[in-house]
Amino acid sequence: MTDSSTALIDARGLRKVYGKPGDKAGFTAVDGIDFQVRRGEAFGVLGANGAGKSSTMRMIACVSPVTAGSLRILGYDSGTDGAKIRARLGVVPQDDTIDTELTVRENLLIYGRYFGLSWKVLRERSTRLLEFTRLSEKADDSVTTLSGGMRRRLTIARALINEPEIVLLDEPTTGLDPQARHLLWERLFQLKQDGVTLLLTTHYMDEAEQLCDRLVVMDAGKIVAEGAPAELIARYTMREVLELRFAPGERQTMTDKCRGLTERMEELPDRLLLSTDNGEETLSAVHRQGVQPLTALVRRSSLEDVFLTLTGRSLLD
Amino acid sequence: MHTLARAFSAPAFRELGYWLFRYRRTWRGSIVISIGNPLLFLTALGLGLGTLVDREDSAYLHGHSYLTFILPGILIAGVMQTAFLEASGPVMQSAMSRGSYRAAASTPLEPAGILYGHLMYWILRATQNAVLFTCVSMLFGTVDPARAPLLVLVAVLVAIAFAAPAAAWAVTVTRPSQINAMFRFVVLPLYMFSGTFFPIEQLPVPLQWVAWATPLWHGVDLGRTVALGAATPYGVLVHLGYLSVMVVIGLYVARRTYRRKLYV
Repeated sequence: MTDSSTALIDARGLRKVYGKPGDKAGFTAVDGIDFQVRRGEAFGVLGANGAGKSSTMRMIACVSPVTAGSLRILGYDSGTDGAKIRARLGVVPQDDTIDTELTVRENLLIYGRYFGLSWKVLRERSTRLLEFTRLSEKADDSVTTLSGGMRRRLTIARALINEPEIVLLDEPTTGLDPQARHLLWERLFQLKQDGVTLLLTTHYMDEAEQLCDRLVVMDAGKIVAEGAPAELIARYTMREVLELRFAPGERQTMTDKCRGLTERMEELPDRLLLSTDNGEETLSAVHRQGVQPLTALVRRSSLEDVFLTLTGRSLLD
Repeated sequence: MHTLARAFSAPAFRELGYWLFRYRRTWRGSIVISIGNPLLFLTALGLGLGTLVDREDSAYLHGHSYLTFILPGILIAGVMQTAFLEASGPVMQSAMSRGSYRAAASTPLEPAGILYGHLMYWILRATQNAVLFTCVSMLFGTVDPARAPLLVLVAVLVAIAFAAPAAAWAVTVTRPSQINAMFRFVVLPLYMFSGTFFPIEQLPVPLQWVAWATPLWHGVDLGRTVALGAATPYGVLVHLGYLSVMVVIGLYVARRTYRRKLYV
C-alpha cells in the first residue's frame, strides 16, 4: 500500500454512475475502485472496452464529477479544486480535440494560452515540443494533412505545453499502425525518463508490458488485480501457454480430448489455450491423446493470459 | 455580482482569445459583409421600395421616410439573426466530443469561463456590425449622428439578449437539423413580424399583441424610437426590462447547460 501523502493520484472507493442521482436505471461505469499512482511511475489501467477505463480517466482529468468515494490529485480534491489540478495535468483524450481550422503550431499556441502562458514562452515551448514529437517539418501545415500517428503526437505535444506533472493518455495508440505505435511508445518512454508521471489506459497488453511499471486490471467497473506486469504474470498464470488451432469441423471433439491435460484451459473463438509450466511436454501429451491441431505454438505467458484468467474473456473481444 | 465578477476574470479572456485568433482568418470577409449589408438595404429599400411607400405618405411613419423608419429595425433584426447564428452552430460544434470547448475544458478553464469568453466574442462581433452599419447609414443621412451611439448600444444589448439563450440551448443540441429548424420556425418569423419592416400598429389588434410579446419587437422598437428621437421613458424601461430579463435568464440557464454538457 502506498502512503497517500506521497501518491500523486489517490483514489478511494471511487464510483461513477451515469444518469440522475437516485435513478435506478443509472449505469455504473466505475464501481468502487482504490488505487494510488506514485510520482515518476508509468501506471496502466488495462481492460476491455467498457470496463470503466475512460470514465476513470475523465474523473482524474476533472471533467467528470465523482459520484462517490474520494479522488485526490496532486494533493487537491478533484471535486473542489478542478482548475488547480487541470493546470498541472496533460491530457491526451481518446477523441482528440485538435483544431482543424488552425495549423500544427497554432494548435500548441492556442492551447497554451488556455493555461495563461505568455506568447514568448509558448513560441519557445512549441518549437521544442514539435521537435520532441518529430513534427517540426509540419509546424506550419494545416492539421488536416497529418497522418493518424502524427495527429496523436500533436495531441501529446499539446498536452505537454504546460509542462505537466502527470500526463493522462486514454488509449494512446488505438487505431495506429505498428510503426506509428512504436514511435509513440519510444517518445512516451522518453517522457518517463524525464520524470513525468504517466497514467495510461489501454486494451493492448503489449503496450501495458512495454510502458507500465505498475498496472491495474479493470473489469466491469472493478479492479480485479494490481501489480507490476511481471508480478501479475507470475501470480495469475503458469510459465507458458500452448496455443492450438483446429480445423473448424474437429474443434469440439479435439477440445474435449484436451480436457484434463492441464489445470487451466481457455477456449477462445479461434483457438484453445493450455496453461502449463512446460509447453513442449504438454504438446507431446496432446499428441499422445491423438489430437492433431492445425497449428501448435508454445509461448511465454503474457498479460493477455492474466486478463483471461481473471475475467474469462479476451481483451480484444 | 458573482456573475459579473466571474465574467471579467482572466480565464474568460483566454477563451475570447481563442475565438479572436480564429477570427484572424475571416475578419476581412466579415467587414465586407458588415458594410455591404446596409448598402444593399439602403439601395433596395431606399431607392426601390421606399420610393413606393413614401408616395403614399403613411401616417404610421410619423413623417419619416420609409428608409429612415426601417433602418434601425433592420439593424436590430440583423444583429439578432447574427447573434443566433454565431451562438448556435458554433456552440453545438464546440461542445461535441472533438470540439474546442472540450479542449478548453481540459485546461484550467471552467464551463462558465468558456461561456463568458465566447459571449465576449459575440459582443465584439455585434459591436463591429452595429458600428459599421450605423456609419454607412449616417453617410446616407438616414441616422442622426448624435443618436447613433445609442443605437449601437441597443444593438449590442439585443445581441446579448439573443445570444445567451441561443447558446444555453445550442450547447445541448446534437443535430444540426435542430438548429436549422429553430432558425426557420422561430428566428425568421421573428425577423418578419416584429415590426422590422412595418409599424405593428397597422396589424390587426390580436396580432399586435403577439408582436408586443415577441422579444425582437422590444429590441426593434427600442432601437427605432432611440434612433428617431421618439423614445418615451416608459417605453424605454419596458424594453430594457424585457431584454435584460432575457440576458439574465439566458446566462443563468447557459451556465447550467454548459456545466452539465462539459462535465459529464
